[in-house]
Amino acid sequence: MSEMTTNPSLAVPAPGEDVPRGERRSYWGNVRERLRHDPVTLFFMAVIVAAVGTAVLAPWVAPHDPYATSMLARLRPIGTEGHILGTDELGRDMLSRLIWGARTSLLMGILPVVIAVAVGGLLGVIAGFMGGAVNMIVMRTMDVFYAFPSVLLAVAISGTLGGGMGSGLLALTLVFIPSLCRIAETAASQIRSLDFVDAARASGAPVHSIILTHVVGNVLPPVLIYASSLISVSILLAAGLSFLGLGVSPPTADWGQMLSSLRQGIYMQPLVCALPGLAILIVSLSFNLVSDGLRQAMDIKA
Amino acid sequence: MWLYIAKRVLYAIPIALGVSIICFSLVYLAPGDPIQSLIPPDASDEDIAAIRRLYGFDKPVVFQYFDWLARAVTGDLGTSLQSNRPVLNEVTRAFGNTLMIAVAAVIVAFVLATIFGTLAAFNLGKPVDKVATSISTLGVSIPNYWMGIVLVILFSVQWRLLPATGMGGDGSDGFSWFEWDQARYAILPMVTMAMIPLGVVTRSTRSAVADTLSQDYVQLLRAKGLGEGRVVLHALRNALPQMLAVMGLQLGYLIGGSILIETVFNWPGTGLVMSRAILTRDIPLLQGTILILALSFVAINLIVDLLQTLVDPRIKRS
Amino acid sequence: MMNFFKLTKATVAAPADPRDRGGPRQPMLIARNLRKHFPITGGLLGRTVASVRAVDDVSFAVRKGETLGVVGESGCGKSTLAKLLMHLVPPDSGELIFDGLEVGARDGLRLRDLRRNMQMVFQDSASSLNPRMPIEESVAYGPRVHGMGRAQARAHAISLLEQVGLPARLFAGRYPHELSGGQKQRVNIARALALDPRMLILDEAVSALDKSVEAQVLNLLRRLKAEFNLTYLFISHDLHVVQYISDRVMVMYLGEVVEIGPVERIYASATHPYTRALLASQLHADPRARVTEPPITGDPPNPVNPPGGCRFHTRCPFAETICSQTAPALTPLPAASEHVVACHMADPASGHTRAGAQARPGLVPSAFADTPGPDRTSKEGVRA
Repeated sequence: MSEMTTNPSLAVPAPGEDVPRGERRSYWGNVRERLRHDPVTLFFMAVIVAAVGTAVLAPWVAPHDPYATSMLARLRPIGTEGHILGTDELGRDMLSRLIWGARTSLLMGILPVVIAVAVGGLLGVIAGFMGGAVNMIVMRTMDVFYAFPSVLLAVAISGTLGGGMGSGLLALTLVFIPSLCRIAETAASQIRSLDFVDAARASGAPVHSIILTHVVGNVLPPVLIYASSLISVSILLAAGLSFLGLGVSPPTADWGQMLSSLRQGIYMQPLVCALPGLAILIVSLSFNLVSDGLRQAMDIKA
Repeated sequence: MWLYIAKRVLYAIPIALGVSIICFSLVYLAPGDPIQSLIPPDASDEDIAAIRRLYGFDKPVVFQYFDWLARAVTGDLGTSLQSNRPVLNEVTRAFGNTLMIAVAAVIVAFVLATIFGTLAAFNLGKPVDKVATSISTLGVSIPNYWMGIVLVILFSVQWRLLPATGMGGDGSDGFSWFEWDQARYAILPMVTMAMIPLGVVTRSTRSAVADTLSQDYVQLLRAKGLGEGRVVLHALRNALPQMLAVMGLQLGYLIGGSILIETVFNWPGTGLVMSRAILTRDIPLLQGTILILALSFVAINLIVDLLQTLVDPRIKRS
Repeated sequence: MMNFFKLTKATVAAPADPRDRGGPRQPMLIARNLRKHFPITGGLLGRTVASVRAVDDVSFAVRKGETLGVVGESGCGKSTLAKLLMHLVPPDSGELIFDGLEVGARDGLRLRDLRRNMQMVFQDSASSLNPRMPIEESVAYGPRVHGMGRAQARAHAISLLEQVGLPARLFAGRYPHELSGGQKQRVNIARALALDPRMLILDEAVSALDKSVEAQVLNLLRRLKAEFNLTYLFISHDLHVVQYISDRVMVMYLGEVVEIGPVERIYASATHPYTRALLASQLHADPRARVTEPPITGDPPNPVNPPGGCRFHTRCPFAETICSQTAPALTPLPAASEHVVACHMADPASGHTRAGAQARPGLVPSAFADTPGPDRTSKEGVRA
């Protein structure tokens, strides 16, 4: 692009001249454009949308009552008449339970990450932007939580609280906050040293306005890239907690818990028993691949 | 460099203290009166009063913490409610079992990841690379506890080659990797565990080796007619410090996160101890296990950092 | 003679401004004994082991309507000075007086008001605009912060963009990455003008631009100065640019002011050996006139431990014992009281063997003897 001349009149295009608008695209517009040309990411996004959609619409989609037990129809194989994916150890329809189970499993995968992005991101932005003692206190506290392997921290919190969905949610959120906080802090402290923040300060803007207008928007992309990769981790961890008996209480359907209770059936119907794990794998794989795609699409300057 | 090492060691102290604070507060997180979680349900009133005094529950929390810390430093982590044995003994016995499969898993993962990662880096964009990348994506997406179950279905249920659970008749005392009778119990847990770091380490090996290959001096070596075998060695040697660091961290994660796999295989390690402690609400045992595991993670991190500094002093540290 | 008219015009133009308080003779900005040392921490406990003396006891004044150029090698404290003046970095000590009001004092000027009156254009056009914001919003941000309504701020931004040569129809909705370096710098200028300031600090504002673009932006700055009745503090390492745009020039070395004077005196009869070395080192347009020998050798000394006495003595060809012992004070030249220098050679009483030899009386244009000044110089550069 060539420099405009000093005389403004020369820079104005002649009347009727078409002004190209195509290149005038915001950062998010660019990201969308890049994603449009990435079939793999789009496909797995569709998988996720389908999974979430099925979970939301569970009452209308599921063919059977997920809680209806039948002593006669226990551990039927895949392809059984009326039970396309077989039945579990109490004779409940596997497909229906998998659909209902998606509700808790997806919720426990997504919700902790969302809360952790809000809390950890905010802490990180504040720590990174303020620097000094505030930064010290926040980041050293995070370091302590970092000193726990994620599975251990999740089990420790959820286990001491006695399990259940609430404690699982709390545990997973606490597991994810430190890393998100650290990423937000790094990004925010880099932005702090850029001239446009100085320019905003020089215009007399109060700190909260600078953070909201200038810092958050620039911290968001790296935080979101990382957060998208956490959803898969969260799904695995949440299913792991309920596999250990720390998730929702039976008979509520949940993939991890189904996996655990079906273990007694592995000698009779190994394939049926493997299904909940397969569901977890598909969803977690989809989130991982979408996250990779997002990383590539969002990792652009400007 | 020595200054950095000294700083790094000093820095581990507040972290360890922070870890101890979290472990201590777990007792308060537990629902109900903290004293309830520390005593067996059938304890007499005198016992309760004695324990209350012993733990100093009549004093402010800060004092309680320091009392607890003072005892923990001397190795007194309390007594398990279930077995009535000192927590420290329970944990150290189990710790050895966990360490055994974790170390073996890390070695297996390291060897496989080096092969996959190097192959991928030498064939960037080619089918080999795609396969290796897919394996690593699969590795980080797969629920390892489920993979353990699948392995049991295949190797124990279908083919009856390996035992499904447990540690064999002799338990941890007689265990040896070199006796098939013992080792066969450990194979499935170890392989399952090895899957966890496989994906991550393959990825980092791939990028580290690819980085080295793109360096000018490697191009020069190639132009001078150096054999591909020697180039591989060069690339690996440069990638090694980074790979070691990743491996060290992974070992820490495996030890800390062994609970799921040990539950699947009934492997009597720290994870199973925790699992049991959670089911029986044996809070002293749970607290002690978590403390030991977290501290060992801090220690592993410290050692990895120091080793890395010694191997490659150029690495800039803040 | 040209310059005389320029100065006169500027001083006459100032009183027309309704925002004026102190009258034409009151300088727009007075900096007194500004100091900023950056601590260097080290060792096991992170104690302060030394400090960088970025700006050390700097005093000067900027007159209403003038352009004061600030020159010096990189690392001499020019940019820190700019940030100190804007209070982006708090000074360790010293005071700022804006149009007669002390900044931050109880009955003085609030920081927020200082920032309305004085704005800054940054050097790095790439990092000085928020990449996630259309430029129109970047320009409108300041007025919005100061309470202007959204629509009004937008209209204001659009008219400013037009004034800096960026037709809003083409540019208003663009993001920084869709602009060239010169266009970005125009946006930066528009943003600095958005609060309707009386003074602009231009910190290497054209240094990163191509030569042709640089000329265009300089012309723009000249035009805006007249249109908006502005006063400039123009920081640059480029002596040609400073000569072109400035009325007076201040030379800095290692965090200190070594010479201040009218632009034609500085460029024709610089007195401080450092200023003369700087001028001698610039690339001459005429190849035959170019120098091949470096006028000064060696890097600037470390500002962490600046040399005692005169800070330039380690590189000065005329250095004598006195130079390493006593720091020279800024003193007006007997021949031209507008022209102040911190050099023992300019002070007949210093004891330097060349003392007095530098003050060549015959060279001073007579017009300068008439410009008002002596009473002002006492406020401006001279230490008590």
